[in-house]
Amino acid sequence: MATTGNMFERRRRLTNAVMTALTATCAILVTMLLLVILFYIGARGISSLSFEFLVETPKPVGEGGGIGNAIVGSAMMTLLAAAIGLPLGIAAGLYLAEYGQNWFGNIVRFLADTLIGIPSIIIGIFVYTLVVLPMGRQSGLAGGLALAIIMLPIVARTTEEMIRLVPNSMREGALALGAPQWRVSWNIVLPAAASGIATGAMLAIARVTGETAPLLFTALNSRFYNYYYDQPMSSLTVQIFNYATGPFEVEHAMAWAATLILVALILMINIVVRLVTRKRY
Amino acid sequence: MAKTGALGDTIFRSILLIAAASILLIVAAILVMMASNALPTFERFGFGFLVGREWRPAQEEFGALPFIFGTVVSSLIALILSVPVSLGIAIFLVEQAPQKLARPIAFMVELLAAIPSVVYGLWGIFVLAPFIRNYLGPVLQNNLGFIPLFQGRLTGIGMLTGAMILALMITPIITAVVRDVLEAVPTTQREAALALGATKWETTTIVLGNAASGIAGAVVLGLGRAIGETMAVTMVIGNSPQITASLFEPANTIASLLAANFAEATDRLYLSALIEIGLVLFLVTFVVNSLAKLLILSVTRANKEKQV
Repeated sequence: MATTGNMFERRRRLTNAVMTALTATCAILVTMLLLVILFYIGARGISSLSFEFLVETPKPVGEGGGIGNAIVGSAMMTLLAAAIGLPLGIAAGLYLAEYGQNWFGNIVRFLADTLIGIPSIIIGIFVYTLVVLPMGRQSGLAGGLALAIIMLPIVARTTEEMIRLVPNSMREGALALGAPQWRVSWNIVLPAAASGIATGAMLAIARVTGETAPLLFTALNSRFYNYYYDQPMSSLTVQIFNYATGPFEVEHAMAWAATLILVALILMINIVVRLVTRKRY
Repeated sequence: MAKTGALGDTIFRSILLIAAASILLIVAAILVMMASNALPTFERFGFGFLVGREWRPAQEEFGALPFIFGTVVSSLIALILSVPVSLGIAIFLVEQAPQKLARPIAFMVELLAAIPSVVYGLWGIFVLAPFIRNYLGPVLQNNLGFIPLFQGRLTGIGMLTGAMILALMITPIITAVVRDVLEAVPTTQREAALALGATKWETTTIVLGNAASGIAGAVVLGLGRAIGETMAVTMVIGNSPQITASLFEPANTIASLLAANFAEATDRLYLSALIEIGLVLFLVTFVVNSLAKLLILSVTRANKEKQV
């Protein structure tokens, strides 16, 4: 009796140890994979990186060329997306948090969550039918608009969450002093949640900077520097896609170098945001 | 004074309402624009579009089945690969690892989700595909080659490569949701189990049981992401609309079809066919995501009420 009890006990402990080891292995495996991916990007990207690469435009294979116009295009479209998506998203988030405790708020909240989960290529098709078909050509405007639509629900939901963290006593205090509701929302609640909203905004910007699918047939691509929103526009991500799927070694090397720039930018935003927000708690 | 406040309130509230309504409008507009643009193919082929096996735009033959097959199979394989690992990481982070270790690991897993899709595609083409062609593929074929799953040409580009990249991409998403769900389970449950003499792992199984529907929600959410994932899959799956049992043969998914062909589709019927298949993708992800949300809420909300 004692021995079977002992064996049972031992089996329980063994299971415990094995499962702990297994779950730890999963965690190590995936963090290793991240490091491997980052290592490849760093190692392969750095060799083709040069100042010329950052300022030149794509050239025929063998003549060098770079991603200068793609960087400008990405920046311009992200800027347009932020100009539309941030104010609209923050306003929508403010509505959901301060006035959205009703059926309408619930519907908007649900649709925002679904919109976040919709494949971004669907947004590309939507903007294609809405902007590109009537205009008759692809444009930076269409690309920026597609990115704005992707940003909007993300910003709205993070803004809502951040505003909910603002203690009610602040609202009550301001209201008790005779401030109208909108003054409370605008001058008290919004500033109190500002840093959290800014965090969400930065993450949303990082997210759309990495988007490729919605730009493929809205902004298309361009081999030249283009500063006009009504013309097809190049972007870092579409350029990486074209270089990566091209037949030549030189193109692949340029894809890695462009990826290094893109990933460095996105990871920097993520890490900075993380460090800044951790300080607050 | 009170009057200006009231007027200000009305204006302010209307502006916010318009912003919130814009989200509703966009979703409605996506539905309307896509449905109206998909009408030509729907009128011509009806629901036969979904089960047709031939895709020949030049001959005006449009059958969506190979793409639906590719989407479903690649997503399911991705789930099979990703779910156990994601569960493992989440359990490790919430139930086992000390805070000092859990934080940096959690952060690194989150960084995986921040890497753009096109970068996964690039890595897939030049690192994962050669690895499968030269190492993993031959090993599988030599040992399990009698199973049709592992037969076929080994190019490194194909269903398995696409599914593995997908698995890697949905792992941080599933992990994050499972973590939230596990954290929502009240600590008292763990304490009760431990006090009765349960081991750490036995306690975990009880926590898992409590969080089961939320974990199911996380898996469904991962499925939704896998179905809609576009660039990385396009770059490694081979873009060939065939239905085969082999994991090594090229395949195609709905999202990849759209990414690869939409820009060239000038013919009205071809464009309409692509938009219709896009509409199918939209509706499926809509349903899948809604289901995921309901499942996740069922756990987090129920436990919130218990704790209060």
